[in-house]
Amino acid sequence: MSRHVVMNQHNERNAFQIRLAVAALFILTMFGVLVARFAWLQVFQHGKYLTLAEQNRISLVPIPPSRGIIRDRNGVILAHNFSAYTLEITPSKVGDLEDTIARLKGIVDITPKDRRRFKKLQEETKDFETLPIRTKLTDDEVARFAAQSYRFPGVEIKARLFRQYPLGESASHLIGYIGRINDKDLKQLDEDGMLANYRGTDHIGKLGIEQSYEEQLHGVTGFEQVEIDSGGRAVRTLKRTPPQSGKDLTLSVDIKLQQIVEQQFADRRGSLVAIDPRTGGILALVSQPGFDPNSFVDGIDPQTWGELNNSIDKPLLNRAIRGEYPPGSTFKPFMAIAALEQNLPLVHQTISDPGYFMYGGHRFNDSKKGGYGSMSFDRSIALSSDTYFYQLAVQMGIDNIAKSMAMLDFGSTTGADLPGERPGILPSPEWKKKRFKNPAMQKWFSGETVSIGIGQGYNAYTPMQMAHATATLANRGVMFKPHAVQSILDAATGKVTLVEPTPVKTLPWKPENIERVIRGMEGVMTIGTAAGVFRNAPYVSAGKTGTAQVYSLKGAKYNAKAINERLRDHSWFIAFAPADKPTIALAIIVENGGFGAQAAAPIARKVLDYYLTGKMPDDPAAVSASATASAPAAEETPGD
Amino acid sequence: MIKHIWNQIKRPIDPWLLLFIVLLFIVSSFVLYSASNRDMARVLDKVTFMGVAIAGMWCIASIPPRTLMQLALPAYAVGVILLIAVEVAGVTSHGATRWLNIGITRIQPSELMRLALPLMLAWYFHHFESTLNWRHFIVGALIMFIPVALILKQPDLGTALLIASSGFYVLFFAGLSWRFIGLMSVVIGVFAYVVTHWDMCINVLHEYQCRRIATMLDPMEDPLGAGYHIIQGTIAIGSGGWFGKGWLAGTQTHLDFIPERTTDFIFAVYGEEFGLVGNCVLLVLYLLVIFRGLMISNNANTLFGRLLAGAIAMNFFTYALVNMGMVSGILPVVGVPLPLISYGGTSMVSILATFGLLMSIQRDRSLMKG
Repeated sequence: MSRHVVMNQHNERNAFQIRLAVAALFILTMFGVLVARFAWLQVFQHGKYLTLAEQNRISLVPIPPSRGIIRDRNGVILAHNFSAYTLEITPSKVGDLEDTIARLKGIVDITPKDRRRFKKLQEETKDFETLPIRTKLTDDEVARFAAQSYRFPGVEIKARLFRQYPLGESASHLIGYIGRINDKDLKQLDEDGMLANYRGTDHIGKLGIEQSYEEQLHGVTGFEQVEIDSGGRAVRTLKRTPPQSGKDLTLSVDIKLQQIVEQQFADRRGSLVAIDPRTGGILALVSQPGFDPNSFVDGIDPQTWGELNNSIDKPLLNRAIRGEYPPGSTFKPFMAIAALEQNLPLVHQTISDPGYFMYGGHRFNDSKKGGYGSMSFDRSIALSSDTYFYQLAVQMGIDNIAKSMAMLDFGSTTGADLPGERPGILPSPEWKKKRFKNPAMQKWFSGETVSIGIGQGYNAYTPMQMAHATATLANRGVMFKPHAVQSILDAATGKVTLVEPTPVKTLPWKPENIERVIRGMEGVMTIGTAAGVFRNAPYVSAGKTGTAQVYSLKGAKYNAKAINERLRDHSWFIAFAPADKPTIALAIIVENGGFGAQAAAPIARKVLDYYLTGKMPDDPAAVSASATASAPAAEETPGD
Repeated sequence: MIKHIWNQIKRPIDPWLLLFIVLLFIVSSFVLYSASNRDMARVLDKVTFMGVAIAGMWCIASIPPRTLMQLALPAYAVGVILLIAVEVAGVTSHGATRWLNIGITRIQPSELMRLALPLMLAWYFHHFESTLNWRHFIVGALIMFIPVALILKQPDLGTALLIASSGFYVLFFAGLSWRFIGLMSVVIGVFAYVVTHWDMCINVLHEYQCRRIATMLDPMEDPLGAGYHIIQGTIAIGSGGWFGKGWLAGTQTHLDFIPERTTDFIFAVYGEEFGLVGNCVLLVLYLLVIFRGLMISNNANTLFGRLLAGAIAMNFFTYALVNMGMVSGILPVVGVPLPLISYGGTSMVSILATFGLLMSIQRDRSLMKG
């Protein structure tokens, strides 16, 4: 028995030892698998994983460049940057956003406006982006938050460069503004191959010079190679490629002149474009009302946006390049030069002006009731005889009108260095065919040509186009592309690149024809429609008043007071001076200002006075005084 | 006198096992210092735990196996009751009910089962040593199945499998039929096939478990979620190369890419800094511990001792294998620390407690079947 037990135990031991051996074999096999796995990773795939580890730890952190400064021709700063602290939230890193903001309110001042702006930004962006809830923190607020920052994961204070427009609303349409880069901007940057240069940049030019010179203003993004941890926190810098600041722009604009115009406009709506005809340099570009570009920089709050966007005054519309108005009688000098060039019979004749023109059984009224009696080419401009230009248009024919006016860039953009310019409407049978879908509407009626001659009908041009054409006429047919930027300064190298004024073309006008038209325009200022306004001007100027019909009166008597102010005619004026060697040409429209001589011409007088003689405009009372002074002339020649 | 006290102290200690443990502990301290970004306090913490754990080990080693046998059934019973209590009144966290709130703290009864199950099974087979037949294996399987099923229900697949494996080792050493083992291998093979195929897996396991397996097969499926651990772990190990980047020089580690790098993923730190050679050294140290355990098992005079020691050694091996397999991306991610290397008091104490059992068995070779 005992032997049996021992035998049993012996067998049992043997069996157990076999199992131990199997277990040991299993252990060795499995560890062998591990060794094989380690060898695979650490020897055969070592290169791959080493690369991955390197990529893991080295991150390129973009350093956005500081944006170029914009100055006027005299060095007055129009747009610059300043450093300030912002309080920024990364929504994806914050658990309860509402709660976080509520708690933040106890530390920094967050207004409902900030809150609305933040909400709008949040809707426009992705959750992992860092968004400012409060900008321009005070030192006190920075200190208070710093002490409490541990309570706010996902909230941080950053030092940022802010764009600031120190003059506020002044020249806002010209300068434009920068805003946060949105998806549309990103797509465009991607198409232009510029996306990489915008890493780390939050803002992009949205309008005006800020937009059209974006490339120069932005600069080149720098990069810092930093070792980071998986949380994205920088541990140390390995290499740094400094950013190149954006280039500074000097505009041809004289901001003082600009502000004089803006003051003269006061509450009225309208636009003025003044150009140096010798170079095409824009001296002033006014579109009233304006807006404060500063409110756009870090996302505009919806309330302000709504106010701007829904205002019937359309403050966001850049009237200078996007407002299309019938030019009215300011179209006549260009009709006149075309007529002379085509040597129409009419330019050699003196016609009888009964105060209307009959064409195809339709009566076209002159704005001067009863007419002027006899009317020659030279007087027709100064006195703005509609009857004369009705006939001129008929003689010239619509095709010739369209061809001649197209040479002056009517109906196409002037190529000014501002984004969003509109081409206006230069009517022609071809244009009408394209414009209307209804075949009955597509036909050109010869009667329509008649109104075209006095700048009414389908005609519609921007103040920029009018100023451009005026400057071309002033410069005796030598045309420059209008441009607001005069020179570009590379602050790093000190190198200044001038925006070379190169003539686009020279119109094939005979000098004597040009002078004849200009004499007629000088007459406007001495004996004609603007004589009252330009009385005693110490320089010789040439100009033309105009009135753009807003509301068809259908033959009824015009009574400005009886109809809604908004339906009153627009007041136009174009001018240049000195007449023989012009250094400034301008076009101005005052919406619902009435006759050209009433509203637009007085502002032009101030501009020319300041620009040519340095005379500052008198107090506002003087404005009404000069308007009174112009009254007799206006009475004498109520039409434009 | 002093010599006498020293003899009393060293009497229950197995010097070889202690040596290997200390070597692993030295390795661990260096890795932990690096993994914790040179946090000496962490290392000192670990030293403290180690001291406590060694004291615990010594205490357990001093307990004769006979006493341990008497503890087997009560420990198992308490464990099962606690697991049922979890089922009834457990604390749910992250969709799993694994904890019991006992006022001062929360306890995880499945942890107790890690020790109680092999103890219970070893005691059971020892008890029927002379009459062992296939019926005892069925009972043994039931003893094993009850806690495993309860843990599976929590759900905690990882722990269930580890506890099942510890039970299986006892059954294996007790003489589970080879035919059955063969059959089970086939079943496991089929199961492995099923769970590695998403559409089949979803019928068998919880979705998160299937996702974990799918992620292991292709970590890039979820690179920032579950796959992140695996990707960063393999990058760390792979970039280590033959000799590693050197102590304290692992970029993955020091740049915070390795999650849980002082606990479950500490092996990634080790592999990055010490390379393939270092990994092999660690494997050798583990083998020494395991083989010493198997040797104790072989030397044990009782079936209880043999089975328990064998299961403990194999369990230690399993934990090391699962952790390293998980970190290097060949096994699914389950929350298993790297034995003796990972930071964490509980795991250290429980491992050294099992080593206490080993030493107790080793010392008591003269103990005959009672």
